[in-house]
Amino acid sequence: MDFGFSQEQELLRATARKFFENECPSTFVRARMEEPVGVTDGFWNKLAEQGWLGLVYPEALGGSGLGFVDLTVLMEEMGRCVMPGPFFSTVLLGGLAILEAGSAAQKNEWLGKIAAGEARTTLALTEPNARWDAAGVTVTARQGGSGFVLNGTKLFVPDAHLADVLVVAARVAEGKSPEDGVSLFLVPRDAAGMTVALLPTMDQTRKLCEVTFRDTPVDAGALLGPMGAAWPSIARVLQRATVALCAEMCGGAQKILEMTTDYAKIRVAFGKPIGTYQGVKHKAADMLVDVENAKSLTYYAAWAMDENAPEAGLAASMAKAYVSDAYRKVAGTGIQLHGGIGFTWEHDLHLYFKRAKSSEFTFGDAAYHRERVAQLISL
Amino acid sequence: MDLTLTPEQETFRETVRTWLRANIPEEWARQTVAGSDIPRVEAYDLLRRWQRTLYDAGFLGLTWPVEYGGRGLTFVEEIILQQEMALAKAPPVLNVLGIGMAGPTIIAYGTEEQKKRYPAKILSCEEIWCQGYSEPNAGSDLAALQTRAVRDGEHWVLNGQKVWTSFAQFADWMMLLARTDPAAPRHKGITYFLLDMRLPGITVKPLRQITGDAEFNEVFFDSVRVHESEVLGGVNSGWRVGVTTLMYERLTLGFGLQVRLRIALDGLIEMARRVEKTGRAVTKDPLTRQKLAQLWIETESLKYTGARALTRLLRGELPGPEASAGKITWVDVNQRLQEIAMEIQGPYSQLRRGSEWAVEGGAWAHSFLRSRANSIEGGTTEIQKNIIAERVLGLPKD
Repeated sequence: MDFGFSQEQELLRATARKFFENECPSTFVRARMEEPVGVTDGFWNKLAEQGWLGLVYPEALGGSGLGFVDLTVLMEEMGRCVMPGPFFSTVLLGGLAILEAGSAAQKNEWLGKIAAGEARTTLALTEPNARWDAAGVTVTARQGGSGFVLNGTKLFVPDAHLADVLVVAARVAEGKSPEDGVSLFLVPRDAAGMTVALLPTMDQTRKLCEVTFRDTPVDAGALLGPMGAAWPSIARVLQRATVALCAEMCGGAQKILEMTTDYAKIRVAFGKPIGTYQGVKHKAADMLVDVENAKSLTYYAAWAMDENAPEAGLAASMAKAYVSDAYRKVAGTGIQLHGGIGFTWEHDLHLYFKRAKSSEFTFGDAAYHRERVAQLISL
Repeated sequence: MDLTLTPEQETFRETVRTWLRANIPEEWARQTVAGSDIPRVEAYDLLRRWQRTLYDAGFLGLTWPVEYGGRGLTFVEEIILQQEMALAKAPPVLNVLGIGMAGPTIIAYGTEEQKKRYPAKILSCEEIWCQGYSEPNAGSDLAALQTRAVRDGEHWVLNGQKVWTSFAQFADWMMLLARTDPAAPRHKGITYFLLDMRLPGITVKPLRQITGDAEFNEVFFDSVRVHESEVLGGVNSGWRVGVTTLMYERLTLGFGLQVRLRIALDGLIEMARRVEKTGRAVTKDPLTRQKLAQLWIETESLKYTGARALTRLLRGELPGPEASAGKITWVDVNQRLQEIAMEIQGPYSQLRRGSEWAVEGGAWAHSFLRSRANSIEGGTTEIQKNIIAERVLGLPKD
């Protein structure tokens, strides 16, 4: 039994930390926040050169063939620097959906390009009903002509404005259960009748879009995975992306804890560093407890993913429920302990605070996942 | 990262499981009640016999060296044992302070003679241990202790008082901290004694607590003469030795705590399934489901945080920040669990043993009251947070 990272993984962490300190300081993050694109070609290419865009894809498909525990290390470091850009949407949503559901030809066409930084994608799943389950999929795909015609609106779609191809979940039939009748389609950025509108968001490091389909035709070859039976693939993508997101959140929370304790050691009030006072110490200790437990559940979920353990779904929900609360609390306490400076635009804390909030609602919030836990433990 | 066990460890698990199935005393299974994880006074005789049975089967002192009565195995086997005991709802180990604290400290600091003399009898439950640390004016601020030991030839003469001493009423030995050099700085004038509780001049008075039980005691020393061979780790070195004891307490008891918490949670869920509120099982109430799921999640987090701490130990590394999160989390979760148990029972939670209307014989009322001590015993939550802030996060001392 060994529930820790390997030397190779610690090396990856050290490499990633140095890389992001150099390439993704908060000046870079803030510049990307101000622009719709949210990433630079130079930065994206460097991620590709590191092999990180294909980290968890099989080597045969142009990836590095590593696992979710390895990915956890990288995500923690990305969360630490509030990395902007379409990494999550491309690599862990659209890309994983293609990996999970795609034919050999589809995988060959896209995954190598994604890993090389030559193509970007996303998953268009959620809609104005803001549900993460199959019943939330109401965009229709009607069979017609040589393929399908899409109609409806997707909302909260990450980085759709940057995607060369969108993986779109749509309903091809009303089935016996909500899971029945859901299909995935590869929809190119220039598809007729598709409009993509960038949404103004609180967390400017994460770009979200509305995507509207008005009689958008896609050809038969655009179908990704089995007709009307794509939900299990989607569920698996969500599960895996959830674990990766938890790792990113842990990295952010850990960084806030460090920023806050560093500040408490130097900020003087009433003649002493504020970290001398128990009112500050106890809050800092609470932050540490939240962060450590968040990591434990996340690491376990990542391990369960790699092992294809039967409890992987439960592990992912346990992690997301806990980490959603933990990151929000830690970010809030971080601001509180910084006092007024923590409330300013100039200080970086708000980047984390906002990321905590956007992450909280991505792939289901704590209450959603607690209910899933309740179901999975047969309550 | 690998949470799987070796084939030998799997075999060990199977051996433990089979043995427990055949050996858990029937009278325990009959009287045991969910949620009540503290051995009550009336169960002590049974628990003494049970520990002896465990010892004879070779299941105690797994991590202790073979030459001192242990098995020389790793903490993985220890955790397997604890998990299996939880799953089987086995009785707890009675001499928990001896096994969790006294034994490891004696093995770490004792003379060869002391190491041959004490540990094996701790395991076999021939000698039960209690811990003489806290005093009326030295609790969280332990270094303020005032019990005095003055040298007189080959002996030390002991005067003073200890308090909150669990098991003192039937303990054979006490881990005792006493001040031997009042002129030295507070931490440097303390000595660790192995105290025979049958020496003349020792008086034990039970302390009745919030539950109505007398689990703790006051212990008074009136010119008790302790032989110098019973000093552990050297005169005036007691603080270092005592802190080691506390470290073992956090580590060893930590594994057991998670397991006991899981037993209590399983018991709570079983109980909740039988309780109806406004015409449906309370487990179908969305708010209750949220609360129970959160307890489940945090109980699991304790397990994996413990596994991370254990990994450092197995790798021979120093304890990391995760090692500090355990006690605080456990306290928080257990106290909340007990509150939720009360909430689910509603007005029935008021009923105690003796009422035929009481849920599960009123056991929950007892464990609810007992849980208030969790954030005080073994270092208050406030002290734990100071320790994290200062030793782990490096915040300045006052």
